[in-house]
Amino acid sequence: MKAPLPDLDADEETMPIDSNDDVVRARQLVRTLAQRCKLSLVDQTKLVTAASELARNTLVYGGGGVLRIGLVRRAGRTGVSAIFDDDGPGIPDIDQALTDGWTSGGGLGLGLSGARRLVDEFTLDTEVGGGTRVAVTKWAR
Amino acid sequence: MAGQEESSRLVELLTAKDDQLASAWVEAVSRTLRGRISLAELERELNELYTALVDGLRHGAFDWQGDAYAELRALLAELSRSRARQGFTPTETATSVLACKDVLAPTVDTGAADIHAYLQLGKLMDALALFTLEVYAKTREEIISAQSEQLMELSTPVVKLWEGVVAVPLVGTLDSARTQVVMEKLLQALVDADADQAIIDITGVPAVDTEVAQHLLKTVVAARLMGAECIISGIRPQIAQTIVALGIQFGDIVTKASLADALKHALGRRGGDLTGNGGQA
Repeated sequence: MKAPLPDLDADEETMPIDSNDDVVRARQLVRTLAQRCKLSLVDQTKLVTAASELARNTLVYGGGGVLRIGLVRRAGRTGVSAIFDDDGPGIPDIDQALTDGWTSGGGLGLGLSGARRLVDEFTLDTEVGGGTRVAVTKWAR
Repeated sequence: MAGQEESSRLVELLTAKDDQLASAWVEAVSRTLRGRISLAELERELNELYTALVDGLRHGAFDWQGDAYAELRALLAELSRSRARQGFTPTETATSVLACKDVLAPTVDTGAADIHAYLQLGKLMDALALFTLEVYAKTREEIISAQSEQLMELSTPVVKLWEGVVAVPLVGTLDSARTQVVMEKLLQALVDADADQAIIDITGVPAVDTEVAQHLLKTVVAARLMGAECIISGIRPQIAQTIVALGIQFGDIVTKASLADALKHALGRRGGDLTGNGGQA
């Protein structure tokens, strides 16, 4: 795990993702922060949807994990960052996992690749047998 | 039986001044409940508990899981359930039981043997209080699961909009369990209303991710198998942009921004006419 992580501000929040209800709660938490950060309605929806995909991946493929979320500031801009961490099996082939329509489960195969398109910054850190960490950021315009 | 001596002593202590002790208990509990239960009712409840407790001690010593305590356990379970339904906090519920310890609390001139007996009573009451809390938690869980079931039923109404046109307005989060309910209700409504046009309105769905989309697609396919055409309506601008970015393909499924547009489209497909003049539009 070496990709730099977003610098969350002091008010960052942490929540476990261990059930379907947690995915719903994660979504609500992201929406609350997106509103606090004054993202536009479209950007709010995009970030919430991306978080929903990633939270479900954490649950389904990572076997549960942790979400850390907070506001970030850089060069006078404000944004919302969410970091999803799991100790699951990891992703053996990142390029394949980011290909539209490819799925190792029963989904549409658009979750990970779609989430990348929905946010401004996307980092994926994974190691076979060592878990997966996805960090996303959406900046207020 | 273990603790026979202490339990006989406790029975003695508890029966000697039973009126006084029971009313001290009632008073202690009523203070914590702040008048949300009538004094008469509380008195009745606690007097029953008191009698059952003394009976249990007399016949079953401290074995609170034994047969001698069956009546006490039943009474406690009933008390706990009614407290949970009436919205009392766990603390208030447990205190009803724990306060019983205090009425026998040792004073300066309590003998060593009595203190020993009191400690045994303390242990017993703790166990019973935990039992009460467990019933309380279980009752709360039952209430919650009953409510979520009711919500599931409530949140998926299928309405008949026009001759041959049914609609499901979806509100809230769409997970696998809810999609199952939606699909079943929609397919049944298609049969019952003899409809061949179905409108699924997602105005009330806050976010459409790949899972929601997949569920919607499956519902549409199932409706098609029954010979009905589906229209998805209520696609707001932010949802449309998100769906595009995600790369979800709705294929040849008709989607509309509003329910009104969807109804118009459905009627058009049926060859109907909104103005109702009978002729072809």
